[in-house]
Amino acid sequence: MTATVEQPTAPPGARKVTARSLTETVFRAREISIAGCLVLLVLGTWAANHRFLSEQGIKDLLLNASILILLAVGQSVVVLTRNIDLSVGSVVGLSAFACGKFVSGTDRNAVLALLLGIGVGALCGLVSGLLVSFGRVPALVVTLGMLYIIQGTDYWWAHGQQINAADVPASVLDLGSGSVLGVPYLALIAVAVLAAASYYLRSYRSGRELYAIGSSPEAARLAGIPIRRRILAAYVFSGAVAGFAGALWLARFGTVVADNAHGWELTVVSAVVVGGVAITGGTGSVWGAALGALLLTTVGSVLVVLKVDSFWQSAITGALLLAAISVDRIVTLRMTSALRKRNARHVHQV
Amino acid sequence: MSLPTTVPVRALTAVTAVCALALTATACGGTTKKSSSDQGPGTAATASADPAAALKKGLKLAFLPKQINNPYETIVDNSGIATAKEIGSTAKEVGPSDASASSQVSYINTLIQQQQDAILLAANDPNAVCGPLKQAMTKGIKVVAYDSDTAKDCRQLFINQASSEQIGRSLVQNLGKQLGLQGKIAILSATQNATNQNTWIEFMKKELALPAYKGMELVKVAYGDDDDQKSFQQTQGLLQAYPDLKGIIAPTTVGIAASARYISSSSYKGKVVVNGLGTPNQMRKYVKDGTVAQFSLWDPKKLGRLAAYAAAALCSGQITGAEGQTFKAGDLGSFTVGKNGEVILGKPTVFDTSNIDGFDF
Repeated sequence: MTATVEQPTAPPGARKVTARSLTETVFRAREISIAGCLVLLVLGTWAANHRFLSEQGIKDLLLNASILILLAVGQSVVVLTRNIDLSVGSVVGLSAFACGKFVSGTDRNAVLALLLGIGVGALCGLVSGLLVSFGRVPALVVTLGMLYIIQGTDYWWAHGQQINAADVPASVLDLGSGSVLGVPYLALIAVAVLAAASYYLRSYRSGRELYAIGSSPEAARLAGIPIRRRILAAYVFSGAVAGFAGALWLARFGTVVADNAHGWELTVVSAVVVGGVAITGGTGSVWGAALGALLLTTVGSVLVVLKVDSFWQSAITGALLLAAISVDRIVTLRMTSALRKRNARHVHQV
Repeated sequence: MSLPTTVPVRALTAVTAVCALALTATACGGTTKKSSSDQGPGTAATASADPAAALKKGLKLAFLPKQINNPYETIVDNSGIATAKEIGSTAKEVGPSDASASSQVSYINTLIQQQQDAILLAANDPNAVCGPLKQAMTKGIKVVAYDSDTAKDCRQLFINQASSEQIGRSLVQNLGKQLGLQGKIAILSATQNATNQNTWIEFMKKELALPAYKGMELVKVAYGDDDDQKSFQQTQGLLQAYPDLKGIIAPTTVGIAASARYISSSSYKGKVVVNGLGTPNQMRKYVKDGTVAQFSLWDPKKLGRLAAYAAAALCSGQITGAEGQTFKAGDLGSFTVGKNGEVILGKPTVFDTSNIDGFDF
């Protein structure tokens, strides 16, 4: 078996192309439907309260979603490969604290802080990635373990200290609250990362291979895809993005304690799943995940504006999650039968 | 087939993972249970109060905060530990890394085994810690609650930072002065079931019901769950939902910082007054940039100091925790035990541009 592994046995054919385009059509429909929900939600709220879409209101919506969008992009790259990264919440916490310590009381440049955040996160991602890909330990267990290890390290390091906004240099804080032509820097950064990730996943061979690994690891292995290296890279990316988000967290809130972003990993996974990235890997897009993140944070803001008690927020997130998974299931069933019909036709033609 | 190649890798990974976990476990142990090995004979409890008794030296006091990485609790405990040193005793801080109801129980049991002279704790849950605390008291260990109380029969004293009534009413009075007793206001609290916040809010409502405040209207109590992002979002929402909102009271350090941060970078700056409970370090930036004119808090250092003195007084037999007894707390002056064993630190301090630089916590 080890001898045959190296040889690609399934050359890409016309059949694969049609299957892919069908998948893409279905999932573009999925993104459009989330976008539709979002538009309805925003317009409905605007009808009830016009200030919701004032300049400040739109800025707030974008600000709230930016960090979650970043994390969702990182997470979806991992989920696409049929894995999961539960350590992102604590990576954000550790990175925010590390950056806070680094800049606190100095006038160090914001760019340095961002680089430090990315470095811290990438390192965490590297450890998870090595254990998952080369160690072949289930991702759920590894990243859960990493969640506690990183959190423990953060607690031990912070030990009751706190980073205060007054000690953080203005260049860092401006990054968190400043804007260009009314669009916050944070939102621009999130969109840039999103667009880059999307382009990579669509247009690069290694990007496409992540989808292949997620939809069928066995087939991907037979096709000669370096699965372990790809999965490792996905984790390093997710970690780096989470670390980056941690640095931006510091910029946005100014105040950082040890347990920042505590519990965020579950919100991120929810955003990704609501956004149409299948938890079983192989399908979905980062745009969908980003829309999912935007939808979840917008629901939070809408509830406050509509004066609904905030505990409904968790219930609504849960309902959206279940709805998304049910839709996934139905779509998968339909698509499988559609593909089966097509394939049968192809076989007849051959 | 491929088994022989994967098994060693997997075994190696498992070993690495276990080692890593073990390392973290010991690392955590190092921070939460430091110096837990010092043992010594316990001192016998004195039955009746003798206000003239000398303060005993060489007492062993243990501070058990809600959680060890909470910056506020750290200040309180460090001050208490320093005070214990001043009066010739030793003190240490042990505690859980999460503030859940049951997390303090195992620490209390350990402290009993170590035969500490007094346990000082900020309870995460008034009832969950009761059993082990009662056991401690039967063994002659004095129990002092500070910051957050336990059920009344599970401790001898409760050191209250300020009376709940004073906190609630003074926040409304301060905001009222800032707003000229006019306009709509909202409260941004922590969680919906936080005992101390809810008690303060009750007193705020009582104060607002007075005829002097007929021009002020409380439109909403919002909950930010002591989470930055959520408190931020709640502030945004409040300002959108109530366009003519004039003031926000945030009786929580996370909430007031998030509120101030949002308002400082939004178009509402200068139009909405934020007041509440915050720490000077956290709020310094917003006081200096004019977003927040004033906020209050008791001095957590004094709270820790008073708790240490009270525990030492209990151990020395100067007081037993009965109403009306008095004890001296060094430079803080003399304190009287009130109803239900409560000792009140005093009025909260108001911080503004004139005095904020004199405080570092």
